[in-house]
This record gives sequence, C-alpha cells and structure tokens, in this order.
Amino acid sequence: MRREIPMIVAFVAGVIIILEFFVPALRSVAAQIQKWYLVVIAFAILVGAFNLLRINYMKIRRRRADWPYSIPLIAGLFAMAIIGIGWGIEEGTVFDWLFNYLIFPMSSTVFALLAFFVASAAYRAFRARTVDATLLLVAAVVVMLGQVPIGSAWVPPWWPDWLVFLTPDWLKDRIMDIFNTAGQRAILIGASLGVVSTSLRILLGIERSYLGEE
Amino acid sequence: MKSVRLGAFVIMSVAAAAFGQTLQAAEDVAAQDTPLDAGGSITVTWQASPDEAGGKAQVIAYEVWRATRAAGDYKRLGEVEPGKGSYEFTDEKAENGVEYFYKVRARGEKMSTDAAPAGPVKATAEWFYPDRLNMLVASVLLAAFVLYYISQARAGKELFIRRIAGLEAVQEAVGRATEMGKPVLYVPGIADIDDIQTIAAVTILGRVATMIAEYDAALLVPCSRSLVMSTAQEVVKEAYLEAGRPDAYRRENIRYLTDDQFGYVAGVDGIMLREKPAANFYLGTFYAESLILAETGHSIGAIQIAGTAMPSQLPFFIAACDYTLIGEELFAASAYLSREPRLLGSLIGQDLGKVIILIFIIAGVVTAFLAQFGFELFGRSIALEQLFVVK
Repeated sequence: MRREIPMIVAFVAGVIIILEFFVPALRSVAAQIQKWYLVVIAFAILVGAFNLLRINYMKIRRRRADWPYSIPLIAGLFAMAIIGIGWGIEEGTVFDWLFNYLIFPMSSTVFALLAFFVASAAYRAFRARTVDATLLLVAAVVVMLGQVPIGSAWVPPWWPDWLVFLTPDWLKDRIMDIFNTAGQRAILIGASLGVVSTSLRILLGIERSYLGEE
Repeated sequence: MKSVRLGAFVIMSVAAAAFGQTLQAAEDVAAQDTPLDAGGSITVTWQASPDEAGGKAQVIAYEVWRATRAAGDYKRLGEVEPGKGSYEFTDEKAENGVEYFYKVRARGEKMSTDAAPAGPVKATAEWFYPDRLNMLVASVLLAAFVLYYISQARAGKELFIRRIAGLEAVQEAVGRATEMGKPVLYVPGIADIDDIQTIAAVTILGRVATMIAEYDAALLVPCSRSLVMSTAQEVVKEAYLEAGRPDAYRRENIRYLTDDQFGYVAGVDGIMLREKPAANFYLGTFYAESLILAETGHSIGAIQIAGTAMPSQLPFFIAACDYTLIGEELFAASAYLSREPRLLGSLIGQDLGKVIILIFIIAGVVTAFLAQFGFELFGRSIALEQLFVVK
C-alpha cells in the first residue's frame, strides 16, 4: 500500500487537473486540489528548515570543515523567524529593513556575477575553431551590433535600399525573428511532447522512480 | 422605511421630469449565463444612456441590481463608471439553477432611472471548452500513440532509440568521479515538485543514484525546495537499496539550502568550491542561475551534464557544459537510462507525435506559400488566399 496510495493520489489529482483544462465545470475541484498542494508546501517549509538546522548543528557539534560558517547561518535563521513572527513583515518593520538592506543586496551581488560569467563563457563558446562555433560567433556579433545604436551608426544616409540586407539592424531582426524563433519553437514543441509522454507514464504508474521505485 | 425611500425617489423623479430634467435609462440591457465557466456567474451587458453623450442630465454611474422575481425586491450588486459606450458587469455570486432578473440603473446627480429588467436567466456550469477541441484531439492522439507503443514494447517488440550523447556520458561522468575519489553533484533545478521538469529531474536522479551506489561514489544533492528534498531523499534511498548498498546512503548529503534563487546559487557554488565534485549534473528548471552554476563547475574542472526545457537557458548550458540535454531529451532521459521496454515504448509514441506535428507544419508552410497564387477552375479565377485565409 505504501506504493499504491501515492500512485492513486497522483493519478486522481493529475487526471482532474488535466480534465479541468477542457471542462470548465471541474474548475472548483481543481482549485481545491491546488489549495491542498499549498497546504502541503506550507508544512514542507518546516521540514526544510528543520533539515537545514539539523545539518548545520551537527556540523558545529562535530567541528567539521568550515563549521564556523554554520553559526551565522543558524543565527540568521532564528533571527529572521523571531523578528518576522514577533514584529511582522510589513513595510517599515525590522524584518523589512533586514530584507531590503541585507538579503536583497546579497542576492543582487550574486546576480551581478552573471556579467563576468557571461564574458568567460562567451570567450570559450565563440572561439572560431569549428564551422559551428564560427557561425555562432558571426551570429552573436551581428545580433550584438544590431541591438546597440552604434551598430547602425556606420550606415550612411545614402545607403541604397537594395543593400539593406548588409546592415546589422536588418540582419539582427532576421536572425532573431526567423532562425532564433524557429529554433525556440522546435525546442518547445519537442519539450511539450515530452511533457505529455512523461505525464502519461507517471499517471499510468509506468514511471515510478519518483516514488523511489524502479 | 422602504416605501418612504421609494416614495422619495418617485417624487424626485417626477419633480425632475416636471422641470425638464429627465435622465434616460441605459439601453439594450441583457443578461446571460457567463459562457465557458464553472457556473455561479451571470454577465449583464448594456449600452450607454443617450444622456451620457451630451444629454441634459449627466450619468455618474450605472448600478446593477438583482432579484429573483421581475417585480421583486432588487438588491444592489455593484456599479460601473460611465464613459465607455457599452458596458459589462459580471455577477460572480449567482447560484447555479436559480432564475434571476437584473436591472441597470443610470444614476445622475439628482435622479436615477431604471431600465426594464432583463431576465430570467440561470447560471450553469459548462462541460466543455469548444475552442479547445483541437488540443483535446491532439492530446488524445498523442496519448494513443504512446499507449500503443508501450503495449508493443510489452509484447516484446524490438524498439530502436537514437543515441543521446549526454545520457551516454552519464556513466563516464560517474566513473570519473569514482576514479578520482570525488563526489557527484546533482542539482535538480530551482522549481518545486509541481513542475514537470523537476519531476523529470528526480526520476533521472533515481537512475543516476543507482549507478553511483554501484560504483561506490558519493552523491551530493542540494535542493532549493523542501518537497524536492523529501522526494529526492526517498528516491536516492531506494536507489541505494536496489543497488544493494543501503549502508552507503547518506541522508545528510541530500539537503535543503534555501528557496531564495541567488541564495541557493551561492550555497551550491560554495559546495562546489569546497567539495570539488568530479561530475556535475544540472537537470530541471533553471533561470538566471544556470550560467553562474555551470561556469563555477567549469572552473573546478568537473565534467558537466545539463538538461532543461527552458529555451532561454539552453545556450548558457551549451556554452559552459560538456553535454546538454535539450528539451525533450530531459524527459526521455529516465526511460533511456532505465532501458525498460515499457518506458522506451513511450518515447517512440512521442516521436510519432513529432512526425505528425512536422507534417502539419510542412503542410501549413506549403499552403501559406500557395495562398499567394491563384488558379483557374472551370473558367473561373480563384485566388488560393480565399481558401486558406481564416476569417
């Protein structure tokens, strides 16, 4: 029964959610299932917090490598929980201040690293060692030129209309609207078919590895 | 009290009319069951009072009133501001099967005028979205293909599955980690378990974990969602059991970090730099963090296998990882790794669906191209455009 009950729950909930897309009358039932899911998530947050606490507590207790970092982590976890529950999370509260001036800047700092990583990844990807990489390099340069004003600045006013296909603007639009869009749609169509197939396998109980069963 | 108010209203209206200050009612008031809904909703529509466009009195608002009898006790539901010409109000508190009458009152500064009641009308739940019939047909067809090929696989028919380089490399990556005595890092994306890509990532985790348990390598699974962590713990535990190595299972290696996107990235990057895994798997839903993770993994020299159906993140993975599962390959991975005939059968069905979509796309392109030209039929000139353009 340990396997059958989750499979039955997955089947019933999955079928209702799929049918709701076609049958308006099932909307309220589907909404109820979504509510249950939110309740489960709310309880799961506690499971996650407990796991975080337990692992870092054991790290400190057993003096494992880098254990001092676990101290501010646990302190931060409790501080934010106590401040949030005790004094609220509305605008102007201590929680809000901590979020805006501590957590948000830290997140932004990590996000800002992306610029450097884009540069290093582009350097590797755009080395013209193969035909594919050369095409990628040329397309990237054209698109980048087409995206910035300086890319079209060199085109003189007397540039003939029949040579418009040599301007970065024109080329960028074609690359983005035709090749890029076609590629993205192909990926999405393939992925959508994969979603249908995977969903069927799960609903019918053919794919059970998510339950920890082969 | 009610009769006093009604009396006052009548007196004010008569007085206003006597002084030539009439306010004309809203026109064409109609009430109908809201189409394509789950019931409990009626839509009232009307046209503006002629006074709205330069009459003697000005309309401040249109009030919508409801009763269960035409001459019954009407209750105010709400109001709509004037200025649009045609109006719509949706009564979301109607009971299914009950007959209702609706009255629209044009309210001016000094007087109000009611339009004739519309009704009776009942709210009902619809049983089908007609505009989604094509999707239903396509879904049923695709499901039929998948089920047919699953049954063929069950019957023992030999099925050909094309080679997927990224999945062939899984064994190589795990073997490399084992030889180097370093762990394998598995990142199941940042979405929750209700995301199909996360479910696909967790199913692949089961296959990879079995391989890792057999090779006796270490597995690290940092999660950004509690439910994903719980599921991953269960999946990995069973994989180790199946491989006959329950003693090697480390529950603390499948841990929750944080729900915060960049907090999670910082945590995973920290694990990479401290533990120096020899193989990194990034499978599931990713957003801006994809490249930060993949570039950090590249900097520590790990063999990297990524897979996602997010088109915007695929270029980053392709640039920074050794192998990338593109879109459908992510969903095919579990079946491919398991080599179980029933699961492989579903992949063939999926491919047949792709062939049919391809045929439709080619047919669409050809007809769109032909639509530019015309032809003569029985002496009559027919423009193809007329045949193909959907009006």
